[in-house]
Amino acid sequence: MTVRARTRAVTGRTPWPLVVPALAGLAFLVLPLAGLLVRAPWSTLPRQLAEPQVLEALRLSLVTATIATAVCLLLGVPLAWLLARTALPGRRLLRALVTVPLVLPPVVGGVALLLVLGRRGLAGQWLYDTFGVSLPFTTAGVVVAEAFVAMPFLVIAVEGALRGSDQRYEEAAATLGASRWTVFRRVTLPMVAPGVLAGAVLCWARALGEFGATITFAGNFPGRTQTMPLAVYLALETEPDAAIVLSLVLLAVSVIVLAGLRDRWVGSA
Amino acid sequence: MLKRLSLVAVLASVVSVTAVSLTACGSSSGTADPGSGAPASGAAAGASSVTVFAAASLTESFTELGRRFESAHPGTKVTFNFGSSATLAQQITQGAPADVFAAASPATMNTVTDAGLAASPTVFVKNTLQIAVPADNPAKVESLKDLTDPKVKVALCAEQVPCGAAAIKALDAAGLKVTPVTLEQDVKATLTKVELGEVDAALVYRTDVIAAAGKVKGIDFPEAAQAVNDYPVAVLTKAPALDLAKGFVDLVLSPQGADVLTKAGFQAP
Repeated sequence: MTVRARTRAVTGRTPWPLVVPALAGLAFLVLPLAGLLVRAPWSTLPRQLAEPQVLEALRLSLVTATIATAVCLLLGVPLAWLLARTALPGRRLLRALVTVPLVLPPVVGGVALLLVLGRRGLAGQWLYDTFGVSLPFTTAGVVVAEAFVAMPFLVIAVEGALRGSDQRYEEAAATLGASRWTVFRRVTLPMVAPGVLAGAVLCWARALGEFGATITFAGNFPGRTQTMPLAVYLALETEPDAAIVLSLVLLAVSVIVLAGLRDRWVGSA
Repeated sequence: MLKRLSLVAVLASVVSVTAVSLTACGSSSGTADPGSGAPASGAAAGASSVTVFAAASLTESFTELGRRFESAHPGTKVTFNFGSSATLAQQITQGAPADVFAAASPATMNTVTDAGLAASPTVFVKNTLQIAVPADNPAKVESLKDLTDPKVKVALCAEQVPCGAAAIKALDAAGLKVTPVTLEQDVKATLTKVELGEVDAALVYRTDVIAAAGKVKGIDFPEAAQAVNDYPVAVLTKAPALDLAKGFVDLVLSPQGADVLTKAGFQAP
């Protein structure tokens, strides 16, 4: 039976206990978007888009979210491997700690970052005194805030993929004389690539939409730390219509990027 | 992508969801409270609760006034919704069932009066700006002019919120140009940056400096007189609890109310 035929066979007797909540869930997620589209001031849209601040915020959002994702990949994939493949003591606790940024309200996360990396923070004071580096109110600070909040999405996705993958291939490579690093590079990583990509996509999307930790840790200054979500929030104070336009722009760009990635690298899976 | 949708959903429903939840709160005031043992034999049913929307800077003083109002009117419950005046004004124009609106600026009150939802607001207090510096004043700030020093890190409120508009007015009056490192989303966030020592100075309200006594120091400057913020209060025309709303506004305007507000750092109009 081909995949397509099997799919049809399954849809042939779709159980309503699945379909009804599924459609309700879909409506729940999509209706607010419809609300935005209905309320969007289409006539002023071109004028809003031409605002240099909008383009600046959009550029900053895309750049910082992408760098944050790169940072998360660099640190998060090894962390996921550590959690999934080693017999580290206290691994269960570590795994719970990794999810802290998910649970923490982002604004609190931002304050926590300030307490550690701020000019008077635990590590930040040393950074400032030694190198004269202060992360708050800089674009690097935006990346730090976004990476902090988005990394758990990557770690959890990659760890799940690692746990689901067949370890016998890695064992076979090891018995053939490959070092653990080579096994990771040549066997493990290619095997969990879809999981890494899915994690990176989630991570990027979360970083792109990051608001609370960013505005708390990096502040809000056009061109330097004002990302799209910050611009949306401030527009909401005085011009709700502009806020809707900005959110739609952010949404459209992220959908285009993510859909493009999906077609290029994951096929139509 | 689902994450993005839900972010936008949050943005879009900031107003509507709040309105819905407030509707729920409002309508529950009409139903008999099982714990209160049938008060007033139903004559004034539905008027045992009054909902006050007030600017965030009024949190401490209005909570105190609410307590006094409740003890003067046994069986009455005062419910507060504190927030950014601009957001509150939008919630009211979107149909949130509020009885009283106290705003931090005439402009935000105008949003409500222009929609025909409030008549004849009364200015009940004034709030002026102060320079807030960390308790140890690391940059030795003494006057508004010191903020123009590029070595001094300054936080201001964004121009979209009343404290930011006031800061711009004060700086214009002084003929000074300050380049802040951040434009914060509200006055409390601005103050937090000072409390944590991440900035050397900020322009915030006197009342906020008093509320954060010990952690920050306030410095008066003459140009503050050019940027006084009037706080108007009004009974809303569609108030579900009109009599109680009038009673609460009377308390705010009474000598007793003035006393509580002056203690918090506000000035008589």
